[in-house]
Amino acid sequence: MSIFADAATRLLVQGITGREGSFHTRQMLEYGTQVVAGVTPGKGGQVFEGKVPVFNSVADAVAETGANTSVIYVPPMAAAAALIEAADAGIPLVVCITEGVPVMHMSRAIPFVRARGARLIGPNCPGLISPGDKAKIGIIPGNICMPGRVGLVSRSGTLTYEIVHHLTRNGIGQSTCVGIGGDPIIGTNFIDCLRAFQDDPATDAIVMLGEIGGTDEQNAAAFVKAHVSKPVVGFIAGQTAPKGRRMGHAGAIISGSSGTAEEKLAAFEAAGISVMRRPADVVGLLRQRLRD
Amino acid sequence: MNIHEYQARALFKAQGIPMLDGDVASTPAEAEAIARRLGGPVVIKAQVHSGGRGKAGGVRLVRTPGEALDHASEILGMQIKGLTVHKVLVVPAAEISSESYLGLIMDRESQRPVFMVSAAGGVDIEEVAARTPEKIVRLAVDPTYGVFPHQALGLAFTLYRDFNQVKAAARIVEQLYAAFVANGAALAEINPLVTTPDGRVLALDAKIVIDDNELFGRPDLGLLRDDTAEEPSEGAARRANLSFIKLDGNVGCVVNGAGLAMATMDLVKYYGGDPANFLDIGGSSNPDKVIAALKIVTSDPHVKAILFNIFGGITRTDDVANGIVAATRQFKVAVPLVIRLTGTNETEAIRILEGVGMRALSDMDQAVEQVVKLARAGA
Repeated sequence: MSIFADAATRLLVQGITGREGSFHTRQMLEYGTQVVAGVTPGKGGQVFEGKVPVFNSVADAVAETGANTSVIYVPPMAAAAALIEAADAGIPLVVCITEGVPVMHMSRAIPFVRARGARLIGPNCPGLISPGDKAKIGIIPGNICMPGRVGLVSRSGTLTYEIVHHLTRNGIGQSTCVGIGGDPIIGTNFIDCLRAFQDDPATDAIVMLGEIGGTDEQNAAAFVKAHVSKPVVGFIAGQTAPKGRRMGHAGAIISGSSGTAEEKLAAFEAAGISVMRRPADVVGLLRQRLRD
Repeated sequence: MNIHEYQARALFKAQGIPMLDGDVASTPAEAEAIARRLGGPVVIKAQVHSGGRGKAGGVRLVRTPGEALDHASEILGMQIKGLTVHKVLVVPAAEISSESYLGLIMDRESQRPVFMVSAAGGVDIEEVAARTPEKIVRLAVDPTYGVFPHQALGLAFTLYRDFNQVKAAARIVEQLYAAFVANGAALAEINPLVTTPDGRVLALDAKIVIDDNELFGRPDLGLLRDDTAEEPSEGAARRANLSFIKLDGNVGCVVNGAGLAMATMDLVKYYGGDPANFLDIGGSSNPDKVIAALKIVTSDPHVKAILFNIFGGITRTDDVANGIVAATRQFKVAVPLVIRLTGTNETEAIRILEGVGMRALSDMDQAVEQVVKLARAGA
């Protein structure tokens, strides 16, 4: 068991013939993900690597293959249109990997996706992976993960890999790892993932990796206090970042008093979340919380 | 991306927002000529990407074209918070009856553009927001429809009693929203929005921050960038597609991914060091990016040791290793390098580095401890 991605995932890749899309489709197939279709308008009828049929539209792909999840690798200016197309075709889970999508595009697209009843993960995210179900949607390297019972949710990419690497090296497997993305406006937030992990019988503990900027972590901490009975271990990146500067992620901007690392760490502690002072602490803290 | 006030004024003007006539000058003589054309007292405003221009002496009221010449020559070339003033805006001095604040930002919480309006406008709006948040009226706009006329009127009624002024302000609310959308803004702001003794409503200042992500599809907006208004190393990094911020420490950091880069800086601090920069080489594994990154970090004379922290996912660690080797052949790296890499193609990466007598570590803590020690020894 796992959240969002599992053995029932039938994946469609939007932008399958592009540079990023084709590279990562190969990786996802290699991992064992059921990639059932690709979409690149104008290239319908082709077959990717002799395995995956390519369609002109998401609607065609869904009708032919029963795809139930879409992952998006199209360029930034076309990404919002792609995720709207996926939701419009009835896909319930849409994962947008693309970085650099204008925030106004997302502000318009997200209400549409929600109105269609779909969940969006991202944009500007590494996607998700459920090792026990061999379901990898996005770009998280499969070889650093192992099946297990810890759920992980994160705002960043490579920092996620760093933490997962620590877990796997120490024999702690993962149910699902989700990267929700570093942009200011995203489809799925910490609380959505915390709720899903709390409800997932295959998850025993949760790791939450936050960053400076915004108030998502503080809101998530309040949610943990009220609704999460499973142990949660947390980290905030950017404790030494200067104020008022953008740290690569559009989201990681501290302005005013809201969004500083101190504020977030205090919220974590007040909610009973065990706080890592450095990435390597994740192993010890998880073991301790799972023993208690 | 920040743009100057005179540029934001042009974008406001395109939407019809009422402002005083005025122009931008690069030399004192130009400032004098503008003042003469405008007639009467004028205000000279330094054009830099920094708040507190007035407090720094970069905004002056002058009576005559001759005074405009004198004061413009003082302001041009002046340093404000480390930034040199290259241009001044010259506008007529306005008689003001009231000052309000009108701003529009993309709000992450509601995921919509949100208007913020306050009758308590003027210089210290941040203070108003912090101390008396109830004095700021907020309105989230549905971006599918834009701001509705009744919403614009509703905001305007919170500012003025006179219905002509209410109508004028409502029009400005709609025009500000149009400027926000037309220019891919993350923020658009008028502070202050004033009324004059003869009853007009005017924008006395103009500010727009453009969403960097819009620049991919809007090269016209990219032309508004002022290269002289950014830290030179940050400009070089931007042109090399690197995300870089200069800091005050002595441990140079080259990392892939923003989250890991921030966590690396935090770990440097944890082990008693001080990061010299934030640098994210991004997800691609182009060796040229590594060369550019190393060039930028080594150009900082405070840097005493450099840490590479690469977790290979999409980034291939052998490409990074090749970049490091190529860089050290192109130019001399005078400070010690500590290289941590793990993930995609790490065996090959280690072989490449060992081929030129370099070592690679696989553990982040070990690498950070080592680089902090080396930086301390070199300081």
